[in-house]
Amino acid sequence: MTKLATVAPPRRRTGRESQKRLAFWLLLPAAVAVFGIIIYPIARTLIISFFEVESALATETPFVGIDNYVEALSSSGFWAAIGRTLYFTVVSTALELTLGMMLAMLLNARLRMRWLFRAIVVLPWAVPTIVNAAMWKGIFNAQYGSLNAALTQLGLTDEYIAWLGDPFLALNMVILADAWKTTPLVAFFLLAGLTAINPEIYESAKIDRASWPRIFRSITLPMLLPSISIVLVLRTVEAFKAFDIIYAMTRGGPANGTQTIAYYTYVRAFSDQNFGMGSALSYIIVIVILILTTIYLRMLRRSEMSLL
Amino acid sequence: MRNQRRNSILLHIAAVVVSILILLPFAWMVEASFAPQRDLVSRPMRWIPSEIDLSRYVEIFQGGEGSVGSTFRAAMLNSTIVAVSVVALAMIVGVLGAYAFARLKFPFRKATLLTFLATYMLPQIALLIPLYFILNSLGLLNTLVGLILVDSSLVIPFTLWILSNYFVTIPDELEEAARIDGTSRVGALFRIILPSAKPGIFAAMMFAFLLAWDEFMYALIFTSSDAAKTLPVAISEFAGRYTTDFGLVAAGGILAAIPPIVIAVIFQRYVVSGMSAGAVKG
Amino acid sequence: MKTPQKRVRRLAAAAAIAAASALVLSACSVTGAPTSAGGAGDADSGTLNALFMKQAGYTEDDVKAMIEDFNEEYPDITVNPTFVAYEALHDKIVTSAPSGTYDVVLMDVIWPAEFASKGLVTDVTDRFPEEWEQDMLGGALITAEYQDKYYGVPWYPSTKLFYYNTEMVEQAGYSTSDLDTWDGVLEVAAAMKEQGIVKYPIAWSWAQAEALICDYAQLLGAFGGEFTNDDGELIINEGPGVEALSWMKQTIDDGLSNPNSTTFLEDDVNKTMASGQAAFSLNWESTFRDLNDESISQVVGQVGVSATPKGAEGTRPGVNGAMALGIASKSENKDAAWNFISFISSQSEQEKFVTSTLPNWKASYEDPEITETNPEVFAAAKVGYDDGILRPQVPNYSEVSQIIQAEIQNALLGKKSPQQAMDDAVAAANDVLND
Repeated sequence: MTKLATVAPPRRRTGRESQKRLAFWLLLPAAVAVFGIIIYPIARTLIISFFEVESALATETPFVGIDNYVEALSSSGFWAAIGRTLYFTVVSTALELTLGMMLAMLLNARLRMRWLFRAIVVLPWAVPTIVNAAMWKGIFNAQYGSLNAALTQLGLTDEYIAWLGDPFLALNMVILADAWKTTPLVAFFLLAGLTAINPEIYESAKIDRASWPRIFRSITLPMLLPSISIVLVLRTVEAFKAFDIIYAMTRGGPANGTQTIAYYTYVRAFSDQNFGMGSALSYIIVIVILILTTIYLRMLRRSEMSLL
Repeated sequence: MRNQRRNSILLHIAAVVVSILILLPFAWMVEASFAPQRDLVSRPMRWIPSEIDLSRYVEIFQGGEGSVGSTFRAAMLNSTIVAVSVVALAMIVGVLGAYAFARLKFPFRKATLLTFLATYMLPQIALLIPLYFILNSLGLLNTLVGLILVDSSLVIPFTLWILSNYFVTIPDELEEAARIDGTSRVGALFRIILPSAKPGIFAAMMFAFLLAWDEFMYALIFTSSDAAKTLPVAISEFAGRYTTDFGLVAAGGILAAIPPIVIAVIFQRYVVSGMSAGAVKG
Repeated sequence: MKTPQKRVRRLAAAAAIAAASALVLSACSVTGAPTSAGGAGDADSGTLNALFMKQAGYTEDDVKAMIEDFNEEYPDITVNPTFVAYEALHDKIVTSAPSGTYDVVLMDVIWPAEFASKGLVTDVTDRFPEEWEQDMLGGALITAEYQDKYYGVPWYPSTKLFYYNTEMVEQAGYSTSDLDTWDGVLEVAAAMKEQGIVKYPIAWSWAQAEALICDYAQLLGAFGGEFTNDDGELIINEGPGVEALSWMKQTIDDGLSNPNSTTFLEDDVNKTMASGQAAFSLNWESTFRDLNDESISQVVGQVGVSATPKGAEGTRPGVNGAMALGIASKSENKDAAWNFISFISSQSEQEKFVTSTLPNWKASYEDPEITETNPEVFAAAKVGYDDGILRPQVPNYSEVSQIIQAEIQNALLGKKSPQQAMDDAVAAANDVLND
C-alpha cells in the first residue's frame, strides 16, 4: 500500500497534464466549428450597429454612434414587438409544459401498443416548422380552412371565423400551431425524467395510501425538476427567437399583431435594408437573452443537472 | 382491482383521443394534397375528395425545368446533402468533445460546456447580418458548403450536450479494464464507449438531423437559387402555376416531412433513453 | 458561483477588444462588400440566372416559351429562370444582391427608387433606346425610372381591374351599367346581401401586405386623393385619404365587404370569387384568365371585367402596378442580360402572351388583331393605364408602406378610428421619409 501511495501521485500529475492536453485537442474541432462561426460575427454585429448601413452593397457607411440604439429604444414598434414576444414566450412555454406533462404521464402509462402511441406522438415534432406553419395556415384559413368547416358543420359556430384576422387572436393561433409541434418534444424530455424515477418510491407511496395529487406534488414534480428546468430554458429561448413560424403563417400581420422581436428585426434589416438598425436590434435581443440565460443557468445549477 | 381496470380504460381512451388530435391536422393535409383544388375552395367543405387528383405529385416528381417540381427536387437534394453533412460533422466533433467532457479532468470543464450550451441561446438573427457579409466575401453565399458550416455551429452544442450526458453514464470500470490491457484513451473511446453509447448516439444523430432539416432562417437569407435552396425555403416560396394551391403546398409539405418523420419514428425509442441518461446521473 | 460572472466579464472584455480592433480595421467598409462592380461579359453567350415571380402576370410557361424564342436568336445563352411568390421577391433580390446570384431581376414599380439608390441594380440609361420613350406606355416607363435614369426595361403595365359576377348582378335585378360608380356597386351589393344571393358581396386583398396598399390606392384615387403632396410629404390623413379608409371600414361594418378580407392576398380574393363566394372584387389583369379556367373556377363564363368604378369625384385611376426587368449590379453578364431583357420585352414577344398580361407598347392597343385576343381585359385596362395613381417613389418606400399597411388594418379591425390611424401613419411615415 505504502509503495503504491508513493508511486501514485507523480503518475497522477502527469495523467492530469496529459488529460488536459488530450481534452484540448478533443475539444478543438468543436470549438473551431462553433466559436469560429460565432465570435467574429458577434463582434461584427456590434460594430455594424454603430454605423448607418443602408445597403448590402454600401460603400459609404457613416458612423452614427449609438443613434441606432436610441432610435430602436424610442420606437413604439420595438416595444410593441417586445411585449408580443414576452406574451408569446410565457404563454407558449406554459402551454407546452402543461400539455407536455400530461402527455408524458400518458406516454409512461401501461398502454397496449405503446410503441404505436409513442410513434404517433413523435410525429408532430418531426414535421418541419415551415410545413407545420403552412398546414395550420391552411387549417385556420378564414374562407376555406378545415377548422371553420368542421366547426360550422358540427353546428358549433354559425359564421366562419378569421382566425388569423384579428391581431390578438392571430398571435394565440400561432402559439397553438407552435404548441402542436413542440409539445411532443417537451413530453419526451419529461418522459425521460419520469422513467428515471425509481418505481419503488411509488410503491411505498401507494402502501402509505397517498392520494394521486399528493404523489404528483411530492414525488413526481420534484423528481422532474431537472427536466422541467431544461425544458424551460430551451422553450423560452426558442420562443424568443421565433421567426420561421411567423414568417410562414402571418408575416407579422394583421396590424403587426404577430410581429415578434425576431421578425421585427428581420424586417428592419432585410426588408427595409437598414442593416445598422437591424444589428442594434440584434444586440438588444442578445442582451435580453443573456439576462434570461443567467437567470436560468442559476436555476439549472440549483437543480443539479449532471455535468452542470 | 376494478379501480385499476377503470383507470386503464380511461388511459387508453385518453391515448386514442390524443392520437386523433395529433393525426387529424396531418390527415387533412394528406387529404388536401389529393383533392382537386375545386373541392378545397368549396363551401361547405367536401371532406372526401370528388376524385383523386395526383397532379401535384406528378408536378413535383416530373415537372420540367424551372417548374415547382424541379425546384422542389433540387431542394430535396440540397436538404439531404446539408442534413447528412451536418450530422456527420456534428457527430465527429461531438463525440470527440463529449468524451473530453465526460471522461477527462481539465480546468474550466463545466464552464466550457456551459459556454457551448450558451451559444444556443444566441438568436440567429444576431449573427445573420455579419455572417451574410462574411459568407459573401468568402464567396460562400448561395452555396451548400456555406450553409453546412453555419448550420453545424447550431447543431454541435446540442450533440455535445446529449453525448456528454450519455458518456458519463457508461461505467468507468469498462474503460479502465480496457486501459489496463494497454488500449489508449482514443482506442477506448472507439472500442468501449461508442458501442455502449448507442442510444445516446442515435438520439444525438436524430436531433442533429431534425435540427439541420428544419433550419430556416440561415437558408432563407444565405441561399437564393436552386443551387443551394433547402426544402423549408422552397416550401415557403411555393405557389402554383396560376394561384397558390393549398393542395400543392400540402403535397410538398408531406414529402418534405417524410424523411424526418421516418427517422424520428425509427429512432423514437432512443430519444427517451438518450435523454434520460443525462437525468439519471443527478 | 464566482466563475460565470468572472467569465462574463472576461468575455465582455474580449468582445470589446475584438470590436475595437475590428473597428479600426474595417472603418472604411463595414459591410465587407467587395468593390467589384460586376462585368459586361459576352453579349452572345453565357448563362443567365433570372428571377421572376409566380401568380399574376406572365405564367411560368409563358416565361419558358419566351426563353425558347430567345434561344432561337441567341442559342449560346442559357437562361435559368427561378420563380418565387411576389411576397418573397423583394427580400430575395436584396439578399441575393451581394453574391450576384441573379443577373436579371423582376422589379415592382415601387422598388426602382430603393434598388437604384442602394446600388442593387444597374443603370441602363445608355442602353435604353430613345424611341422606346415614345413607343411605350408612360405608366410602364415609370417602373424602370428613378431620377431621370433608367434602371431596367418595363416588362408589362398592370393595374387592378373590377371583376363582377354577371349572374349574381342579374339575379339581384340590376345590370352591369349600374356598376359604373362605387355608389352603384354598393347599392347592388346591398341588394344581393338582402336577397341572400351572396353573404359578403365584395372581397378585397386587405391582408397586411402591399396588396392592401394597391386596393387602397385605387380607392384613394376614386376619392380624388393622392398619397403625397408636391413636397413629397404624405397627406393621406387629410380629406380623401381618410374618406377612402372610412368608406372601406363602412363596407365591412355593413356586411358588404367580406370581413375576412383582412387576411386575403390577391390570390385569396381570386379563389373567393372563383368559388362563387363573392360578386365583386378588384384584381390584376390575369385574374380574368384564372376565373375562366375550369380547373380552378366554378364561375367560368359568368365573370365580367371593367375599369375600376368611379368615386365621388368622378375619377377612376387604376393603381400603377407595372413590372420591369432590371440587371443586378453584381451580374457578370450584363451584355447578355440586356439582350435577354430587351428581347422578352419586345413588342412582338409581349403580343404573344396577351391573355396573361397586356403589352406595354402603345401600338399594340391600336392593332385589332391583338386586342381581339383578349377584348374584355384590353377594354377595361386601357382606362386604368391612361390614368394611373402612383404609390410614393421613394427609396425607403418599403418601410413607409409597412407603416401604412398596419395603420389601415388598425382602422379596418376597429382598433383605431380612420382619422387616428392615418394621423399615426403619416406621423410615423414622414419621420422615415425625412430620414
